[in-house]
Amino acid sequence: MARMNMVQALNSAMDVMLGRDPRVVILGEDVGYFGGVFRVTDGLQRKYGEHRVLDTPIAEGGIIAAAIGMGVNGLKPVAEIQFADYIYPGFDQVVSELARIRYRTAGEFHVPVTIRTPSGGGIRGGQTHSQSPEAIFAHVCGIKVVMPSNPYDAKGLLISAIEDEDPVVFFEPKRIYNGPFDGDPHKPAVPWSAHPRGEVPDGHYSVPIGRAEVVREGSDLTIITYGTMVHVAEAAVRATGIDAEIVDVRTMSPLDTDTLCTSVCKTGRCVVVHEATRFGGYGAEIVASVQEQCFWNLEAPLKRVAGWDTPYPHAFEWEYFPGQTRIAAALKEVMEAQ
Amino acid sequence: MTPRSRLHVPTPPARPGQEPDFSYLQLSLPGAVYRPDVTAAARDIENLSLELVRVLDDEHHAVGPWNPHLEPQELQVALRHMLLTRLLDDRMQRIQRQGRISFYIKSTGEEAVAVAAGMALQPGDMLFPSYRQQGLHVVRGRNLVDLMCQCLSNTRDMCKGRQMPIMYHFAEGNIFSISGNLATQFPQAVGWAMAAAIKGEDHIAASWIGEGSSAEADFHYAMTFAAVYQAPVILNLVNNQWAISTFQGFAGGEHRTFAQRGPGYGIPGIRVDGNDFLAVYAVTQWAALRARQSGGPTLIEHVTYRAAAHSTSDDPSRYRPKEEWRAWPLGDPITRLKQHLIALGEWSEERHAQLHKELEAHVTACWKEAESYGTLTHGPFLDPLTMFEDVFRDMPPNLQREREEMRVLLERQRAQAGAAPAEEAHGAPPRAHEG
Repeated sequence: MARMNMVQALNSAMDVMLGRDPRVVILGEDVGYFGGVFRVTDGLQRKYGEHRVLDTPIAEGGIIAAAIGMGVNGLKPVAEIQFADYIYPGFDQVVSELARIRYRTAGEFHVPVTIRTPSGGGIRGGQTHSQSPEAIFAHVCGIKVVMPSNPYDAKGLLISAIEDEDPVVFFEPKRIYNGPFDGDPHKPAVPWSAHPRGEVPDGHYSVPIGRAEVVREGSDLTIITYGTMVHVAEAAVRATGIDAEIVDVRTMSPLDTDTLCTSVCKTGRCVVVHEATRFGGYGAEIVASVQEQCFWNLEAPLKRVAGWDTPYPHAFEWEYFPGQTRIAAALKEVMEAQ
Repeated sequence: MTPRSRLHVPTPPARPGQEPDFSYLQLSLPGAVYRPDVTAAARDIENLSLELVRVLDDEHHAVGPWNPHLEPQELQVALRHMLLTRLLDDRMQRIQRQGRISFYIKSTGEEAVAVAAGMALQPGDMLFPSYRQQGLHVVRGRNLVDLMCQCLSNTRDMCKGRQMPIMYHFAEGNIFSISGNLATQFPQAVGWAMAAAIKGEDHIAASWIGEGSSAEADFHYAMTFAAVYQAPVILNLVNNQWAISTFQGFAGGEHRTFAQRGPGYGIPGIRVDGNDFLAVYAVTQWAALRARQSGGPTLIEHVTYRAAAHSTSDDPSRYRPKEEWRAWPLGDPITRLKQHLIALGEWSEERHAQLHKELEAHVTACWKEAESYGTLTHGPFLDPLTMFEDVFRDMPPNLQREREEMRVLLERQRAQAGAAPAEEAHGAPPRAHEG
């Protein structure tokens, strides 16, 4: 066991997989010699060579297309898209190609590609370095969509993603790369070393894709969330004293509705929290899935707390970010509903 | 007068009712273009992107340094492949007109582009075609019944009814799947070739794109990645003059040849007569040898003409002169190879007529067999529940739930229709909706 932040844990996952499986290759902008703008691939090219860890041209569509071709030729590529906000030039290759090659060839071809990409805001990134586009990808059938909320899950889920025979889009909430963030930007940063999930095995292990996790047990209501917002929700629960159960979704697709619904049927109340914009957001899918199974157990309307339906504004980051105050207000509202 | 900017809208040389005019085509004389060593530096052979490599002359002789000196038997095989491709296309077009398949795309006039390249490559080379290279399947020995079953979406359909007609794939024959989204295969082929180089393998990749879809960003990705990593790949740009209704000027062909884009990326660009089997074969052979010797990628522009409609959904008489195909200065690839073989004393009109008859009978027999596995309107039908398979390797819970929901729905429909499920062919329930 070692103390790792999320960057180190992700690096360790790729290190383990490059060492175990000669088919694994890493490619992306600045990932090689430099080790990535967030340092997630630091040292990997030095250790495994230029043919295993490749710097690429600045062309996300080209990176994803090349990864697909490599996958067809028996490799297991892990492509980094430097920011989730930059993924759109490669969207056609994801939606029309990556996600459908197994289906359209009735299983004769498949492409085991992992796309890693940092997402989310809270880093003064403005509207082109802060987006959370997970719902756009969760809507596409044929790809799995994952977002960890801590170093232990990050490494275990990334290993699962690389080992998966199907494509995975792996979102990394970059605000919590270096420490859990409770939503208050004025407090000093907290490192992962103080967090139980900052303890990470050095070697190989995996966390299964498609399983949500109850990260806090409670009986008053259920908060369903993922990524950075897990920690913000925990802080809001501490602040309000409401005995909330918190479920970390971890995999957007395929969604573990059983874990979600078991919790909501137990508590009868539910607040869904995500940083992405609300309209057509991933919370809509959660709310719909939960009410389909839990309607007769519900004590109150389901409530969403999400980013406002605007682009992510640079100057008003903390007014935009769905922080503790908004979550706490939602928790109270749902608790008070008759 | 103050000078003002002016929007230039490309106009084809002729529209319906006008005389075909191909004076814009820059042609070289047969045999006139030099053939550099395959190790030549890209910057030293830029002229190949302006010239037009041709081997067959007007007297049907093979001339010049690009003559691949193939044995007559190989040429006869080539003729057979091209003729079979054309007869298959003709038959499938008629079948579509009878309403027995939903859609088809012919490759008429462009058979040499696929067949010559396919024959010049090795079986282990991976092919990433667009939708007009069915000749590759013919070269690689695909049973026509398989292609027809795909077009029929029947019980033997390789795609299990999930793709429009002609979106074939052939894993065993190393031919990748056709998507329908244009140009996506071009950078994928480069990735495949990069992987071959990473693994230290001898195989190369080849891909095909139309001049129209070369406007997509994927073309640029492919060229950039191929150049940067010197990937062992042949990038074929099939300039058949028409992208549905827009002529090649709309893809940027008015100002430079498409082959000239190669040198812009540091990649050799070769412009070849796409209707000259020998020239396409020779140029492909050159590029393949270069790629196998770590010489990197080659862009080949095949100058050809789309003799048929874009697809069965298209009517070219609305946008181009009917007589254009007959006026095309580079002729018909099948006629030209036939004449060459006759000039060599290795073929005759009689043998050609005989071959034609034999291949037609073959296509007929294949179609009869294909139909016996089901059509869109007559069983046996695919089991609709198979639609939930292959989205992922292992079916996730949401798809399992949906499949169960549909199974119940189908059973209810079947009960209402009064059919006896056990007697259904292949155990498949009837289709929920026809057509």
